[in-house]
Amino acid sequence: MPDSNQELDARGLNCPLPILRAKKTLNGMAAGEVLKIMSTDPGSVKDFQAFATQTGNQLLDSSEVNGEFHFFLKKGD
Amino acid sequence: MSEKSLTIIATKGTLDWAYPPFILSSTAAALGYNVTMFFTFYGLQLLKKDLSLSVSPLGNPGMPMPMAMDKWFPVLGTAIPGMQAMMTGMMKNTIKTKGVATVAELRNLCLEADVKMIGCQMTIDLFDIKHEDLIDEIDLGGAATYFEHAGESNINLFV
Repeated sequence: MPDSNQELDARGLNCPLPILRAKKTLNGMAAGEVLKIMSTDPGSVKDFQAFATQTGNQLLDSSEVNGEFHFFLKKGD
Repeated sequence: MSEKSLTIIATKGTLDWAYPPFILSSTAAALGYNVTMFFTFYGLQLLKKDLSLSVSPLGNPGMPMPMAMDKWFPVLGTAIPGMQAMMTGMMKNTIKTKGVATVAELRNLCLEADVKMIGCQMTIDLFDIKHEDLIDEIDLGGAATYFEHAGESNINLFV
């Protein structure tokens, strides 16, 4: 599990809110920093992959933990 | 990454159909797109300061009805007075419990992300819509204004 600089609790939120909140949080972070996102929306698994490929932020890890989805996004340059 | 752009024409003014344009626009903005939304005809309802949107089961056989109501009240039942208010209340409740954003929330997220919103001048004149009833962040324009953006855009959608 990668280390994270900041956490975002997106549990209980539905599409597109986890992505929008993540984007907003990343805006306030420096390049290279890692954001951990916790979500309960099953659609967010594919969506965070797509978000990463389209925005240049790197998805370091994506996993399911006790019915929750955890993502580690490294902010791009 | 080169900058991409999206335009959406929003033509519908119901609670359910308010979602696609605002969801797509806010998400595209988060992905780095330049987004322009053009609101025409009933879509102008989505620019009201006071959003009072309803959903109607009338003429919509695809709408899931609770408690097998569609079985007991087929077609004509959806036209019963009060049915629209009831379905609107139920949908708003479901939206809340499922963690789906409200329309106002999504619209604010779009505005925060610098989504450009254009209200159709002709519709405003046609329906005598008061400028002061619409949110301040919008510009007004016509079809030519829309194409100024659409002609340069990668994706153009009509909702």
